[in-house]
This record gives sequence, structure tokens and C-alpha cells, in this order.
Amino acid sequence: MLYREAGQFKTNYAADQQVFPIRQDRIGIIVLLAVAFLGVPMFASAYWFSAILIPFLIFALAALGLNILTGYAGQLSLGSAAFMAVGAYAAYNFQLRIEGIPIIVSFICGGLTAAGVGILFGLPSLRIKGFYLAVATLAAQFFIVWCLTKFPWLSNNSSSGVISTQQLIIFGHELTTPVEKYLLVLSIVVVMAMAAKNLVRSSTGRAWMAVRDMDVAASVIGIKLMPTKLLAFAISSFYCGVAGALYAFCYLGSVEPDGFSLDMSFRILFMIIIGGVGSIMGSFLGAAFILLLPIFLDVALPFFAELFGLPFSSATVSHIQILVFGALIMFFLIVEPHGLARLWQIAKEKLRLWPFPH
Amino acid sequence: MNFFFEVLIGGLLSGVMYALVALGFVMIYKASGVFNFAQGAMVYMAALSVVGCIEKGAPLWLAIILAFGIMTLFGIATEKFVLRKLVNQPPIALFMATIGLAFFIEGLAPMIFGSDPRALELGIVDEPIESVLENFNMVISKFDLVAAGVAAVLVTVLALFFQYTRVGRALRAVADDHQAALSIGIPLQHIWAIVWGVAGFVALVAGMMWGARNGVQFALTFTALKALPVLILGGFTSVPGAIVGGLIIGASEKLAEIYIPPVMQDLFGGNFGGIEGWFPYVLALLFLLVRPEGLFGEKHIDRV
Repeated sequence: MLYREAGQFKTNYAADQQVFPIRQDRIGIIVLLAVAFLGVPMFASAYWFSAILIPFLIFALAALGLNILTGYAGQLSLGSAAFMAVGAYAAYNFQLRIEGIPIIVSFICGGLTAAGVGILFGLPSLRIKGFYLAVATLAAQFFIVWCLTKFPWLSNNSSSGVISTQQLIIFGHELTTPVEKYLLVLSIVVVMAMAAKNLVRSSTGRAWMAVRDMDVAASVIGIKLMPTKLLAFAISSFYCGVAGALYAFCYLGSVEPDGFSLDMSFRILFMIIIGGVGSIMGSFLGAAFILLLPIFLDVALPFFAELFGLPFSSATVSHIQILVFGALIMFFLIVEPHGLARLWQIAKEKLRLWPFPH
Repeated sequence: MNFFFEVLIGGLLSGVMYALVALGFVMIYKASGVFNFAQGAMVYMAALSVVGCIEKGAPLWLAIILAFGIMTLFGIATEKFVLRKLVNQPPIALFMATIGLAFFIEGLAPMIFGSDPRALELGIVDEPIESVLENFNMVISKFDLVAAGVAAVLVTVLALFFQYTRVGRALRAVADDHQAALSIGIPLQHIWAIVWGVAGFVALVAGMMWGARNGVQFALTFTALKALPVLILGGFTSVPGAIVGGLIIGASEKLAEIYIPPVMQDLFGGNFGGIEGWFPYVLALLFLLVRPEGLFGEKHIDRV
């Protein structure tokens, strides 16, 4: 009813190969972008921007990075927060040490630095895989955070590695309000998400998926494992690095290495599990879910506590939060291993036949 | 030189403690091919239930039995409600499910037994052995020695259990090949329940030793993270590997903590303590590049 692609014929290759081949999808994306760029800034409050929308976009970007590595290339990583830290600190140092470098360029340089570090820690993936690799990425997590704390040069000699980011100046205009920061983050995220969407359906993306499904078979059909895996690590770390730079510059303003903890890495991993492993949209859905769930529980739990007359302390609420996280992860893995993105897909297929299935 | 040996022995003994946790991983991995990330959380839960039962007025021996009961029940429930539903999923999905399980336990256990750090008294004092201190001028903790003894007993018992009992033979058969084991009539689900029970028991022993040493607190869950490089060094499938890996990691991280920071200070200036936090991982990583299957692990052969 709402959603039917019948009658949309393609008469040339360009039309057949576009990112969104179905007209409804194109319209949907345009509407979504219009709402995000125009509608939201008109109605949302400053709290929404700085507490929900900006972190949502940043974590969605990080989840996108991890999804490229884990969901598409099949290399499990538990160190994504560390690569975010590299991006944040590198962008800070580029701003600090190179006179007059535009902020966007330092974000990109931060991402590239993270990509370099990612390649370094991706090297073991050529020999090992699965759990072994997951443990190897833990080495990245702990080692990088330790380095950032202990080498004073990296944080410009501040105590315990805390950095306060520089002003965001774009084309001579300083971004101060949450709305401006939101628009900056949104533009970067949209560009990078589109790039990722295109990347995963290119020959590179197909090579990643072949490696994910079975790397021996992939190498037999002529995919070179080394460049493919390392490219996945590089691009994934680049995304995480840019997300980290945005996290420092646009969200918190001042970060410390310990903020990029293992806990944050797990959180990003949960985003892609719940959102959908191997799905661009899943990264966004998962990020929204993981960020909104604690807020929802904060509101809902005291309400239920009063309803049933249970004494809930704030400690209990935080325990229930952890418990619900864990339970949801298991639930999703059992019931719908492809996450929210798959549910969305099922809903779309149902809509095609609605209201007359057979 | 004396100091070197003191550090070395202290490291080896603390390595035994890592090995205790790593044993639990090996048990489950051997029998069901699941890499159980929740082992650390299980250690925490076991220690908490012992302390919790003592607080409710139970004597130590009863608390231990109760905790063992809780851990076994929990293990069986995990097998029944989580792992059984994930049969035939890729190993990575199972691994991520155990991460979820870890979070679940980390929320559930303190909700039931309270989250504030508490001491666990086992009646062993953590003080240097006097005769060694007098004769060799080395500080060797009595407690660590007891822990090493417990680990030795545990490993022996487990090895005997695996080697000589009917259930142990079935466990090894399941570990070797699920389908072959099923086809000769070994009840897979009973075996898995038993394995989770045994893993709960190992977690209980590890939790009591760690809890008595450092206090029963949330930080216990991090012991599992330290057990991971131990596993990598020793190989996921080998009980002796867990012990040897634990000894290597324990000794090398203590030696690194003592001897590397001064060198780095000379080079860069500043304070470089806390190498312990990452050294085991980097060591394991470098080791993996040379021997991807670990010291005692089975060589993995890929087939298309």
C-alpha cells in the first residue's frame, strides 16, 4: 500500500546503480534529512541538542565505524573507544601545534592518525581471528589509554591527560551554540554515512563480506586478505577517530583518556548488536536505542517503584540498567540476531502487502 | 638479585590466581566451544553470594555450600535459557551473548547481595612467611602460597575428574565432537549443565581466593580481563596451558612493572607506572604473532 516498488523501471545503468534505487526510499531520505537539518533546529531545545542529539550522532558514527569492521569485515574489535581517543587527541594536537589549520582538516587528520594506529593493531588479524583477535584489540584499548595518560606531550602537559578542546571556528565563524554544533556534527555524519553506504556495496565492501563469511574461501577466489583486512581496520578506525574528535570538540569540550574506557567500547559493540550487525541504518538505530534506554529507565523505574510500592534506591536503578542491558543483548541475539535493522526490513515487507496479504 | 627473585616469586604466585580464573574459561571452552566472557562476572557473583550468605548469619561452610548451589543453578539456567537457544549460531554470536550475560550478572548479583565492598575472612592471614624472610630476606606472602596450593589441588581434582570418571569421559567426547558424542548416546544437554556447574565451582574457588585477598567488590570482574592473555598464552583448550600461561603472565607483568618504567623514565622523563595494565595483553599479542594457537592449544586447520 504505502510501499511498493512495482512499475519503477530502470532504463540506464546509472539509474540502476544509484544508492537508493526505490523512489519511496529516496523521498524518505530527503524528508528525513530535511527534518534533521531544518525541522529539528526549529523545535528542539538546547537540552535536546547537547544531551541527546549530538551524542546520538557521534555514537552512531562510532558504531558505523565498528560495524564496518565487525559487521562487514567480520573482525571483532573491543577497542573502538581507544580509537576514538586517538582521534580526539590527534585532532587536539593538530589544532594546537599547526598554526591556522582549519578545524575540519584537523578532524580529518585526527581520523587519519586513528586509521594509522588501527592498521598497526589490525596487523595481528592477519594471523589470528575470532576470540584471539578480540583479545588482541583489548591490548589496543588498554595500551592507548595508558599512553595518553603517561606521555605528557600528547595532552600538552596537562595533569592526568585532561585536554580542553579549542574553539570551533569554521570560515571565520565561531560555533558556540548547541544548534550550530549539532549542524556541524550532522553534516559530517551525513557525509560519512553516505560514503559508508556506498563503500559497502562497492567491490571493497563485497570483498569484506566475503572475508567475513569465510576468509579461506575468499582468498581462494582471489581476494587478497592482507589489504582487505587492513583496509577494514583503517577505515573503521578512521570513522571512530572522527567520532572521537567530534566527541571531544562538539560534545564534551574537555576529555580525559580514562573517559574512553573499555565500558565505552562495549557500549558501541552493544549498539551494533542491537541495531543490526552489518547494516548502516542499524548503527543509527542501535545508537539511539542504547542512548535512550538509560534515560527511559531513569524515568520509568521510579514510576514503577511507586506503582508497586518497591523501595528503589538510585544504586538499584543503575544495577537494573546494567541488568536490562545484558538481558536485551541476550534477547536480541536469540530472537533477532540481525537487530533492529532486520525488524525494520520485516516491517517494510509487511507494508508492501498490507492491507491484503494474500 | 634477591629482589629479583622476590618479585619473580610474587609474580608467579599472583599468576596462580589468574590461572584460577582462566581455568573456568578453559572448562567451558573445552566442553562446549563457548568462549565464556561472563566468567569474571561469575567469580564476582560467587564471592558475593558467599559474603551475602555469611551476612545473613550462615557459617562459612554453609555459605560456601549455598553459594555452590546458587552458582550451579545459575549455570544450569544459563545453559537452558541462553545457550541452548543459540545452538548453531556462529561462535562470535555466542561470545557476544556471554558479554550480555556478564552485564546481566553484574546487575543482578549486587542487586541481591548489595554492592558495597566487603571483606571475606577465610582464616588465612596475608603476611610474609617468617622463616623465608629471615633466611633469604625475601617477602613471600603466606596467603599466596595457600592460593597456589588450592590451585594445585583444584587442577589435580579436575584432571582426575576428566580422566577417570564416566562423566569426565563424556565431557571429553563432547569437547572433541558434538555430533559424534550425540550419536553414541551422550546426552549433550546434561553434559553442558554439568560443565556450567563445574565452571561455577571453579568461579567459586577463584572468587573466594580473590575476595579474601582484595575484598569482595566490583573490581573482581576485572580479574577475567586479566585471565584473557593467560588463555591466549596457554591455549584455550588446555588445563596445563592455563596454569603455565598464568605463571608466565604473573611473573612477567610484575617484572615489567619493576624494571621497565625506570628505563622509560630515562628516555622520556615523567612517570610511567601502571604498565601492569596493558603489558599482559601486548605480551600475548606478540606471542600470538609467533604461535597463533598458544603454547598448548590445538593447531587449528581451516577447511573450505
